[in-house]
Amino acid sequence: MKKIKIKVNGKIRSISETCTLLDLIKDLEIPMKKVAIELNEEIIDKKNINKIKLKQNDKIEIVHFIGGG
Amino acid sequence: MSECAKAINMSGAEIVTVAVRRVNISDKNKPLLMDYIDPKKITYLPNTAGCFNSKEALRTLRLAREIGGWKLVKLEVLGDKENLFPDMIETLKSTEVLAKEGFKVMVYCNDDPLMAKRLENVGAAAIMPLAAPIGSGLGIQNKINIQIIRKQTKLPLIIDAGLGQASDATIAMELGCDGVLVNTAIAKAKKPFDMALAFKNAVIAGRQSYNSGRIDKILMGNPSSPLKGII
Repeated sequence: MKKIKIKVNGKIRSISETCTLLDLIKDLEIPMKKVAIELNEEIIDKKNINKIKLKQNDKIEIVHFIGGG
Repeated sequence: MSECAKAINMSGAEIVTVAVRRVNISDKNKPLLMDYIDPKKITYLPNTAGCFNSKEALRTLRLAREIGGWKLVKLEVLGDKENLFPDMIETLKSTEVLAKEGFKVMVYCNDDPLMAKRLENVGAAAIMPLAAPIGSGLGIQNKINIQIIRKQTKLPLIIDAGLGQASDATIAMELGCDGVLVNTAIAKAKKPFDMALAFKNAVIAGRQSYNSGRIDKILMGNPSSPLKGII
C-alpha cells in the first residue's frame, strides 16, 4: 500500500494513503472528547473526521488544555 | 499536578485558567489536567496567555471552544515581551470579533478607565485590569483608576496580574472588585498551600469590608469614647 507523509504536531509521520483523520486519531490513542483538531490551520468538526481523507503534506494540530494562564 | 489541584482547592478558586497546547503524541501516558481538576466542579477558563496578536488569540480560543464547547474565555493579547503589558488595540479588536462569534470574553486589560469602557461597548463579559505587570508581585498601583472603572461598569471586575501577597487581594476587594486572578503569588510562594488559604481569607475579608461601609477619613483625631460624664 502506498504511503504518504503528513505532519502531526510538528512531527513528520508516514501513513497509508487510505488513512482518514479518524484512523489517525485512533492510531495515536487520543481521547477525542478532550482535544481539538486543526487540519491545515482550519478547525475540524469532530463529527466529520471519519469522512476526511488525509493527503500528502497535510498539517495536523491536536491540542488540549494544560494548566496555565 | 496533584499539588496544583490541592492549591486550587485550598484557595477556594471557582475558575481556573487553562492554556491550549499540543498533545504530547509520543508519550500517551502523560497525565491530563482533566484527570486532576474536574471541569464539572471548577470552571475551566481557556486563555490566550502567550499570544502577541489578534490572529493567534482568535485561533487559540476557537480551538478551545472546539475542545469542549467552552464559550467563557479569557482574552490576553500581550504587546511587549519585557513588561508584558497588554496590547490594547489588538485586545479591543479581538474582543469585538469574539463577542460577535458568541464568546463570553473576560478581557485582560490595562487599568485605563477609557479603554475599559470601550471594551464594554464592544461586548466584553468581564473587565480584568492589571494591578501591576504580570508576575511582578507589586500589588495595585493605581487604586484610583480601579475605583473609577468600578464606578462606571456593572460588569464583573476582576484584578488580573501583579498581586504579590494576600493583603493585595483584600485591597482589590475593598475597592469593589468582584474577584482576583492569582497565579505567581501563590505558585511561587515558599509555602504555596498556606498562601492559597491566605488569599481565600483575604478575598472574603475584603468583600465583607467593602459591603460593610467603611468610615469617612478625617484629618484630625476623633475620640472613640463619649466625652459626657468625664471625671
